Amino acid sequence: MTTTADLHLMTGAYALHALSDEEHAAFERHLADCEACAQETAELSATAARLGLAATVTPSAALRGQVLRRISSVRQVPPGTTGTRPVRAGRRARLLSRWALAACLAAAATLGGTTVWQHQRAEDALRQARSARQGTAEIAAVLAAPDARTRTADLGDGATGSVVVSRERDRAVFVASGMARPAGGKVYQLWYDDDGTMRSAGFMDPGRTDQAVLLRGGVDGASGMGVTVEPAGGSAEPSSTPVALLGFPT
Amino acid sequence: MREAVYIGANPSSRPDLQELMGRVALGDEDAFASVYDAVAGPVLGVVQAVLRDPAQSEEVAQEVLVEVWRTAPRYRSEIGTALNWVLTLAHRRAVDRVRSVEAAAVRDHKAALLARTPEFDEVTEQVEARLEREQVRRCLRTLTEIQRQAVTLAYYRGLTYRQVAEALALPLGTAKTRLRDGLIRLRDCLGVTA
Repeated sequence: MTTTADLHLMTGAYALHALSDEEHAAFERHLADCEACAQETAELSATAARLGLAATVTPSAALRGQVLRRISSVRQVPPGTTGTRPVRAGRRARLLSRWALAACLAAAATLGGTTVWQHQRAEDALRQARSARQGTAEIAAVLAAPDARTRTADLGDGATGSVVVSRERDRAVFVASGMARPAGGKVYQLWYDDDGTMRSAGFMDPGRTDQAVLLRGGVDGASGMGVTVEPAGGSAEPSSTPVALLGFPT
Repeated sequence: MREAVYIGANPSSRPDLQELMGRVALGDEDAFASVYDAVAGPVLGVVQAVLRDPAQSEEVAQEVLVEVWRTAPRYRSEIGTALNWVLTLAHRRAVDRVRSVEAAAVRDHKAALLARTPEFDEVTEQVEARLEREQVRRCLRTLTEIQRQAVTLAYYRGLTYRQVAEALALPLGTAKTRLRDGLIRLRDCLGVTA
């Protein structure tokens, strides 16, 4: 187990990109609460950049032409508060941590300090999704999308549900934490809310209390999502009171 | 001579990068061409130091430079200078690549790794780059042998601190600490402020 004191000593390794993905994520979570670490990390990163500057070489003229040609067809990301990079295998934990950090900050800002989003739980859920191979790459991509927005609801009995929406990717992910298993023969069915008309968006895994599920189909202008308990196999339209209803953040 | 070194290390000798980045963020391709001219040499240098293979380095450098264009709207000067931002991105990409390709090979070449402290043997005609190199080389000499090897293996070879510990036969905690106190000493010698 990594202690806080250990984390303080990681500033150097972090600045040199010498941590594993998991440690990198843990350190970034720590950074959010540790002003002294943030200052030292910024200085040591700037120092590491000087090591890079010392290695300067003269690139070929061809490289310049290639890069300048390529950028003219590459769309820029919209301005925002977080850095972003394309998703690639093996990088998900780090991407998630960056996203979770941003989500935490956003949640803290909008909820007056009540940080509802729990990134640790999101990470656990993602880890489980990964082991179950439930479209994990797409889930990670949504969570890390530059325009990803999150909304969290207390579902009672210690359960929490969060929805993460990326309009750019036109996908949504529902992250459940501590949800009771449905009664035998029942399933949790997910729905997109198309201005009052519910459109089925697939099912949750009945065997798990914590999970991240990619909603089936595109967001396609939906204003929110819901979860209902339905007979196994699902229903064409909700047949019970929703256990969760979340408006999509705008 | 001291004065020349100082000029070489002075960020104000690259005056327009911050302002150029602001224009790049608005989609200005001409501004990007100027940013390219300022950062392409350092970017390729970082990547090549880590990857060594020239063809692969050029490919990764190209990815990094396109990424600079793509994510420029997200760059904010509060997080550091544009040059630091770009070089951090370049180093991270190079390290990602070397770890995915050479994970196993690295362990088999401890001796070779230790023998290959950075040679900086690529010649560049830029006076400023030569001065920077001299100053970094001088400051690296103020580190203890272990600190210098640890920092060098991590930065220029892309090793994790675990691999550094293994290569230098150090306990894990010590490797972590050497990376930190080595960088701190380097920071103080170079006069880096964030």
